[in-house]
Amino acid sequence: MTYQRPNFRHPNLPVNELGYTRKDYEGALSTLCAGCGHDSISAAIVQACFEMSIEPHKVAKLSGIGCSSKTPTYFLGNSHGFNSVHGRMPSVATGANLANREMIYVGVSGDGDTASIGMGQFTHAVRRNLNMMYVVENNGCYGLTKGQDSATADVGSASKKGEPNPFEPIDLASVALQLGATFVARSFSGDRAQLVPLIKAAISHRGFAFIDVISPCVTFNNNPASTKGYEHVRDHLAATGTVDFVPVKQEITTSYPEGESQEVTLHDGSVVHLQKADPELDINSRRSALRLIKDYKAKDQILTGLLFMDEDSRDLHEIIGTSNKPLRSLNESDLCPGQKVLDNLNESLR
Amino acid sequence: MNRIQAVNDFVIKFANVNGTGSASANNMFAKALFRMGLPVSPKNIFPSNIQGLPTWFEVRVNEKGYLGRRGGVDIMVCVNPQSMAKDIREVEPGGYFLYDSSKPLDIRMVRSDINMIGVPLTDICTREYADPRQRQLFRNIIYVGALAALLDIEFDVLTGIVSDQFRGKEKLVVPNVHALELGYHYARENYECPIGIRVERRNEVGDKILIDGNTAASLGAIYGGATVAAWYPITPSTSVVDGFDKYCKRLRIDPGSGNKNYAIVQAEDELAAIGMVIGASWNGARAFTATSGPGISLMSEFLGLAYFAEIPTVLIDVQRAGPSTGMPTRTQQSDVLACAYASHGDTKQVLLFPSTPKECFDMTAEAFDLAETLQTPIIMLTDLDLGMNDNMSEPLTWEDGRQYKRGKVLNEEQLENMSERFGRYLDSDGDGIPYRTYPGTHPTKGAFFTRGTSRDEYAVYTEDGAEYEKNMQRLLKKWETAKDTVPAPEIIGTGNSVGVIHFGTSADSTMEAIDYLAEEGIKVDSLRLKAFPFNKAVDDFIASHDTVFVIEQNRDAQMKSLLVNECEVSPKDLISILNYDGMPITARKIHERIVAVVRGDNVTPLHKKAGNKE
Repeated sequence: MTYQRPNFRHPNLPVNELGYTRKDYEGALSTLCAGCGHDSISAAIVQACFEMSIEPHKVAKLSGIGCSSKTPTYFLGNSHGFNSVHGRMPSVATGANLANREMIYVGVSGDGDTASIGMGQFTHAVRRNLNMMYVVENNGCYGLTKGQDSATADVGSASKKGEPNPFEPIDLASVALQLGATFVARSFSGDRAQLVPLIKAAISHRGFAFIDVISPCVTFNNNPASTKGYEHVRDHLAATGTVDFVPVKQEITTSYPEGESQEVTLHDGSVVHLQKADPELDINSRRSALRLIKDYKAKDQILTGLLFMDEDSRDLHEIIGTSNKPLRSLNESDLCPGQKVLDNLNESLR
Repeated sequence: MNRIQAVNDFVIKFANVNGTGSASANNMFAKALFRMGLPVSPKNIFPSNIQGLPTWFEVRVNEKGYLGRRGGVDIMVCVNPQSMAKDIREVEPGGYFLYDSSKPLDIRMVRSDINMIGVPLTDICTREYADPRQRQLFRNIIYVGALAALLDIEFDVLTGIVSDQFRGKEKLVVPNVHALELGYHYARENYECPIGIRVERRNEVGDKILIDGNTAASLGAIYGGATVAAWYPITPSTSVVDGFDKYCKRLRIDPGSGNKNYAIVQAEDELAAIGMVIGASWNGARAFTATSGPGISLMSEFLGLAYFAEIPTVLIDVQRAGPSTGMPTRTQQSDVLACAYASHGDTKQVLLFPSTPKECFDMTAEAFDLAETLQTPIIMLTDLDLGMNDNMSEPLTWEDGRQYKRGKVLNEEQLENMSERFGRYLDSDGDGIPYRTYPGTHPTKGAFFTRGTSRDEYAVYTEDGAEYEKNMQRLLKKWETAKDTVPAPEIIGTGNSVGVIHFGTSADSTMEAIDYLAEEGIKVDSLRLKAFPFNKAVDDFIASHDTVFVIEQNRDAQMKSLLVNECEVSPKDLISILNYDGMPITARKIHERIVAVVRGDNVTPLHKKAGNKE
């Protein structure tokens, strides 16, 4: 954990379009272990929001319980946060989103919080295509209770305790794909260059944007026998390609060789450009993504990067046809039909 | 043979097969009497099943306005051979048994002390209708027609109900009226009409309406400004959200865009349902869920979060018989303690106890004001009897121009003008209720972290015991504030030495029993609890009576426990009157027990007198 952060800021720190510096997107000091992957993810969220010039207070941060779920305290200090109960962040996020469709919802969860206790709620948030970014900080273990295996731990992977995990892992990206998630990506906390544009694309995506981020637990699961430690992940990493996120107001200046790239325009006009490392990947095909995840796994490789997105996705509000105005902004005159309606109703009940 | 003679005072029970459309015919019967100006209380006694099992429908008619369950059956209309043997035993001596005489009655069933009325329902249907579904549906209408003749029900009233019911589907009116006539004429031609029991028009219902409590609650949610409903289907609460859906489609569609000014989400389970309500309420919308016993167990963890993190939450619990799955289609008041102290750790939840559909409407709307004023969950405890049965009720009213009480919420301007640091859990006003902000209000001020973990007054995580204790003390102070914020009890009578405390659906039977006691010279004061926490009036009522009864519909005297716990009275000072067979409590039961205790005869008779069965 970091005990001190200097208050000093260089007077010429870069500002974004809103005039905010990066510092305006930071949160409280992290109390996680030094070297924890989760802190890198927090930093990536800060960088993405700063570079996208998002108004910090227009973001709501939600989480469940566990090390990962503590992290919303450590980024976007000017945003409201909600550290809910274990495994239940998706339902709280659903309610929050229903109340005000105009905000950006960032959910942070862990592999225990999502793949075990929260599996039910996770799958149903996916099904409803809730408009949010859902990040799983996946370290294959329960850090806050001292390193028990989680449901994403690979067969044979051993944590610090040394006992190999005998059970099949749940691959959350595959689960999300199968359940109809409209944006699925995987990344590694140690790969900021990949993670930041993925976060930007996920935030811009309308619908459920899922990012499974392998995020090593330095204290309990970073030993050589673990498949979620820094060393193993770095050695077995593969990527679907390089992702560029081009915001709506920015001109596309890079030229990409034909056939090896794919471009997706989001509903707000921003563009996600994927420079493909594997020509097999079709970013609009679930099947392709599911197959590639399996193929790479068979080669003992962890496939990262953007796996799938559906840019025509309709989110929960569009599916159920709610008001364009945030529901929470409606007042008595919008909501209360008045006595006359009751008079008629009473009459019909006599 | 003795024939029960009665005008406008009897109990009729229908024994049907579920899934055959009998409930709507039976409701038509009840409504006809209601439209003749007679107080009625219909009760549907149905199985947890969709088709083929016995189901009953009981209607008490009483021109004095007693609406509680009386016990005993004067007229049994039995169209279900499965339950006939049991049904026939239930009829009071001198009572009437109407049955389908298409086949001769098993001689072993015939009772010589009751009046048998055979109507060949199946034969008439076979003769009149070719379609099997029609035969089934019209059979029910035919016996309603027969009852019209037997009981002197105004035939025009019945045809009026048929016309109202099929407004927009006019071609169904004629066949239904024809079916009524078939039964009516058969009865006239074969029996002396009316029989000893009959009805006469009165003017005893005034401007009252017939509505079930769940529908009334759903309207309360609409009028109270709820925009988010998240739920998981469970009997007997399902019709709360069904009603919300139905009336929102009529009343909450934005005229310009056709979009919905509401959102309903059928959640994956009750945990998610309450989670959504909490998320929406946290973000400034009025949200609610409805559930029953098992749902309360599942929601308890989240209720603790909402209590501790101080998030307004509205929950309607339509109670059924527990524990576990219990008797899911029978009524009880057995979630009192589970709700009052829902969740682990030191938690106390605010409860509301409606007794009528009008109160279901009023209290649901008020629950949103209370939840936002007190920043805590509000659980309205109703039950299957009130929720799913049509109850006679005062009409629903709303004061136009009424503003919602949104509680202490700081807006952008207030935050902008604030010089001091915003403290989410700071007790600035001394009432234990802090100020909240909605997410997204101000760019740099008012953001905070909501959590179920301990925190200081500025919502910053802390494990400092003193800070934790200070916060828990403030929550107690808020609890004290709640005592005078929630609805006060209704007290009737004063100065007598005997008092009864009751709540919810025990009200009708309690007031009826009190009338009987008065006739016998036992004067009783009553207090109807409308909310928990109890305010001082409850302590005073207990202290000012020598003998205090607590009437409730559960085995373990849960309300008594709550009173003992919260009012610091001795358990010896409260005498329980309990009913937990899944049927609503009767006046007879309450009356019997109070008489026994007051007269010093505390012995339950070995054989109950005839006419006192339940």
